[in-house]
Amino acid sequence: MTASDTLEFRDPDRAGRLVDRLGSLVEETGPLRVMHVCGSHEEAIAEFGLRSVLPEGLTVAMGPGCPVCVTDLPEVDEAVALAEAGHTVATYGDMVRVPGSEKSLADASAAGADVRTVYSAGEAVELAEELDREVVFFATGFETTAAPTATVLREGPPSNFSVLSAHKYVPPAMDVVAAHPDTRIDGFLAAGHAATITGVDPLEEVVDRHGLPVVVGGFEPLDILLGLVRLVEDVRDGAAAVTNAYPRCVSEAGNPAAQAALWEVFERVPGEWRGIAEVPDATLRLREAYAEYDARRRFDVETPDGDGRATDCICGEIMAGRAGPEDCPLFGEECTPDSPVGACMVSDEGPCRITQEYGGRR
Amino acid sequence: MCLGVPGEVLELDGQEARVDFRGAEKWVRTDVVGDDLAVGDYVLNHAGFAIRKIPEEQVERTVELYEQAAAPVDAGETG
Repeated sequence: MTASDTLEFRDPDRAGRLVDRLGSLVEETGPLRVMHVCGSHEEAIAEFGLRSVLPEGLTVAMGPGCPVCVTDLPEVDEAVALAEAGHTVATYGDMVRVPGSEKSLADASAAGADVRTVYSAGEAVELAEELDREVVFFATGFETTAAPTATVLREGPPSNFSVLSAHKYVPPAMDVVAAHPDTRIDGFLAAGHAATITGVDPLEEVVDRHGLPVVVGGFEPLDILLGLVRLVEDVRDGAAAVTNAYPRCVSEAGNPAAQAALWEVFERVPGEWRGIAEVPDATLRLREAYAEYDARRRFDVETPDGDGRATDCICGEIMAGRAGPEDCPLFGEECTPDSPVGACMVSDEGPCRITQEYGGRR
Repeated sequence: MCLGVPGEVLELDGQEARVDFRGAEKWVRTDVVGDDLAVGDYVLNHAGFAIRKIPEEQVERTVELYEQAAAPVDAGETG
């Protein structure tokens, strides 16, 4: 956007009026608790200090929206094992320091393994074109990064390129969180960018199953406040429906070109979301037609058997919105951005990292 | 990895676009943007790929949405 457009999305006067509106709505509804499911939402909420201006009765909890944080330990272990076996492992920068059961990719790299940081799936393919060795792309993230991974596979990358998919699909995880008896929420602020790809249909299913309102929200401060106003209005009205409060980026149908790529290459299978639960159909695996590029089929990946989960880290509880970073005994003590124990402290989108950088809720 | 960033298209070359992200320029892929792009268009980008062309009229509409939400008709201002 141009500078003036950016200001429009951050205009303090409009923000003040939206906050006032939220205040009067919450007076009508009484205290309520909503959940967002996107690391980008958390980062914007923290960066602009939005929690400090929200009405007292409105709690905005963090849900399972950090892709790095929900990547499961054994998936990190697989990437580490492939790197240690002598293959080049390429991945997004925020995955490198995420601890596996015994070590992270950064640890493997320090011990001599070839681990490369890439900015995109396209860069991982370029690396394979340059190198005369196997390049495994450790592919993580939600719909927004899975569609690009699918795109490069559809183009027929070089034969020394393969994908270790840890991609996840968001809507079923919202289901699992909403269904959990300890999670009390009145509505979801859904991730605008995932919906840019999928459109709003998958969210309709969440509404139908749980009777909770879902509002698709954008990421500028005013987008988030607007999304919260719409969400609290829907809660007040008992309207279990999907409301699109981010129409400049999300259309009803989403992005059909990206969906076509995504579902041609990937299928949904059961898989663990780190620390949260096994989600029945929210892990993305390469379809049979792309088996030749599947690192799990190309290589015999051996990973540690040990139970690396045996720490006091409560990342899973935090990602499920059942606890906050400051509830964790390790937070800011044993677990810091320089020496993270859990994935939530590693990623820029991780709730613990964000809380450490920007401060607590109030 | 998951942060989406809007930017302005400065140049197009096949399935790639040079995009200005508030001062930083980068080439991004346009394979899955699902729309025809022209120089001057705004696109939303994720991890090196444009995933949505942002229609200019929707930018104006967004400001209207903020205004409507801040002062809704059901709050009693209707005449």
